[in-house]
Amino acid sequence: MSSPGDAILAALPRSGGEPRVCPYLMAGFPDPETTADLLLAAEAGGGALIEVGIPHSDPLADGPTIQAAGRQALARGMTTRVALAQVAKARTRGLRVPVVCMTYLNPVAQFGLQEFCQAAAAAGVDSLLVPDLPLEEMDELEGAASRAGLALCTMVAPTTPDRRLAMAAARATGFVYCVSRTGVTGTGEPTEGAALLERVRALSDRPLVLGFGVRRRAQVVSLSGLADGVAVGSRLVEAAGEDDPSAAVREVVAELCGRPELTRGPRRGPAPDREAR
Amino acid sequence: MNGPGRLIVTAPPPQGRYGEFGGSFVPETVVPALQELEAAAVEALGDPRFLADFYGLEAGYAGRPTPLHHARRLSERAGRPVWLKREDLLHTGAHKLNNALGQLLLAKRMGKRRIVAETGAGQHGLATATACALLSMECVVYMGREDMRRQAVNVAKMNLLGARVEPVGDPAATLKDATSEAIRDWVTNVRDTHYVIGSVVGPHPYPWLVRTLQSVIGSEARAQMLELAGRLPEVVVASVGGGSNAIGIFAAFLEDSDVKLLGVEAGGRGPEPGAHGASLGLGTPGVLHGSRSYILQDPDGQVLPTHSISAGLDYPGVGPEHANLMATGRASYVALDDRQAVDAFHLLTRLEGIIPALESSHAVAAALRLTDGKGPILVCLSGRGDKDLETVLGREPA
Repeated sequence: MSSPGDAILAALPRSGGEPRVCPYLMAGFPDPETTADLLLAAEAGGGALIEVGIPHSDPLADGPTIQAAGRQALARGMTTRVALAQVAKARTRGLRVPVVCMTYLNPVAQFGLQEFCQAAAAAGVDSLLVPDLPLEEMDELEGAASRAGLALCTMVAPTTPDRRLAMAAARATGFVYCVSRTGVTGTGEPTEGAALLERVRALSDRPLVLGFGVRRRAQVVSLSGLADGVAVGSRLVEAAGEDDPSAAVREVVAELCGRPELTRGPRRGPAPDREAR
Repeated sequence: MNGPGRLIVTAPPPQGRYGEFGGSFVPETVVPALQELEAAAVEALGDPRFLADFYGLEAGYAGRPTPLHHARRLSERAGRPVWLKREDLLHTGAHKLNNALGQLLLAKRMGKRRIVAETGAGQHGLATATACALLSMECVVYMGREDMRRQAVNVAKMNLLGARVEPVGDPAATLKDATSEAIRDWVTNVRDTHYVIGSVVGPHPYPWLVRTLQSVIGSEARAQMLELAGRLPEVVVASVGGGSNAIGIFAAFLEDSDVKLLGVEAGGRGPEPGAHGASLGLGTPGVLHGSRSYILQDPDGQVLPTHSISAGLDYPGVGPEHANLMATGRASYVALDDRQAVDAFHLLTRLEGIIPALESSHAVAAALRLTDGKGPILVCLSGRGDKDLETVLGREPA
């Protein structure tokens, strides 16, 4: 029998080699209608799993780049409902990789936890990641996600003691998101990532995704044998802000994956092919 | 009365819950720090040496007990006795110093070397910068650009005290944005930094901790009422932004079921979205800055802009204990608008020779509008109005 996390397990196999690249995109940035295009571009560039951020007015865990993208998305009319519709649109256009919806609690709470989980599952979302929902507060969303067939990812940080690491890993039905250092997204180097990954690995066989501060190919390579996936957010949001967002997102993901040939493959979506950049 | 009032020390509510409100909704990075803070606070508040240090600073440095003033001319106007709890006479000009001194002593005890805080009116930032100077701690205060403009004197004072004031956000940014940015700093520097939140908001244990430290207001005021008025007040009135002065004074009267409790929110320019700060009166339950309470939000859960002439009430959330006091009916809440607050500001100045903060002016205005009963009203005069002169004098005649 299949379980909600199967697609994530398949996308992030434990190979001991290079971690898979998990691009993060802010739904509605640069504008609401391009989100489906960018999801497809991220997959075409080699992304193994895509995180889609739902914009929120008060994103406590995000640095300046993602904050600004969220503000612009909201200003241009992005809503939770439209974000899910864009995921659904990408699915009908052939998006295959798992989608993890990253959202703060309040937009989900106002939508209704159960209603949100049902709507997300119907749109083709595989899993949820809620950065302001600690283990102690997780019961209700956990139940709602499970009933809707969604996996739940949990987060751990370098400050998390081993006892909590074990709890977080045990409750993850998706991956365990390992925060690479104390801080917010997009600033600083992932200096504490390796040590954290080793601690979690000793306690869990869930897929481990490292995020916060990863923006270069060399950092991806350096996590070989440690992480199963790396989340890259601010770098992708910067790319989504360029003149040709689909091409830029695809190119950055391909570069992070070390697969330059994917930059120029046959392109899906409306963006025109570019010969060179 | 001799010496400062005693703190009303209760056990922290399990999981920080006040009925369906409260809790702790923050990134995992700071969850262990919040758990350590709760344990350290429980331990410190049970330690006579910690309490002696706190009461010593409150008495010898901050100026406690603050007086209870029988406002005779204001009473004539109100048609019943009005008593003012003079937190405006506390060092730095507002009740905020009670919390800042207590949290700084706690941060020292926990071995932290750096302090971050948010501020709206600048009073909490000023109190924190003051306590950091006294206790030799590095201090960074986050403040919205709009608030820095309207509270320029407090910015200058914080700089003189050695604090770094970090401007936050776009030109319209206020307390909400400053709070988010202070939390982000804390998430980044959590190992050596303590976050001194300025009100009874935020994740558990902050609402409980700040309430406990501000309960000195209520325990003093209750004893002073019995001593000077010979009875308990019929109504206790306090302004509510986040709600720390109100919880501080309410805390001593919660068990006195005959004493009515009235919180006063910012009605701003009117009840339209974005024009006020009346989270309890016009908001809906939601999660902001780490706790579940009433917040001002749109149907998608995005937090709305706010307005109040008083920077300290210009906030889209409110402490979770207030949300629960409203839900249980133990306290009630009203909103008064900018103009009513400014009128009360002038009235108190002329009748009593006391220039109140615009925050406290909301409470004075509400006290004058009470129609039920004839018994004494106790108003928490939470701060003084020096910081607001430019706002009031620059205001177009209505």
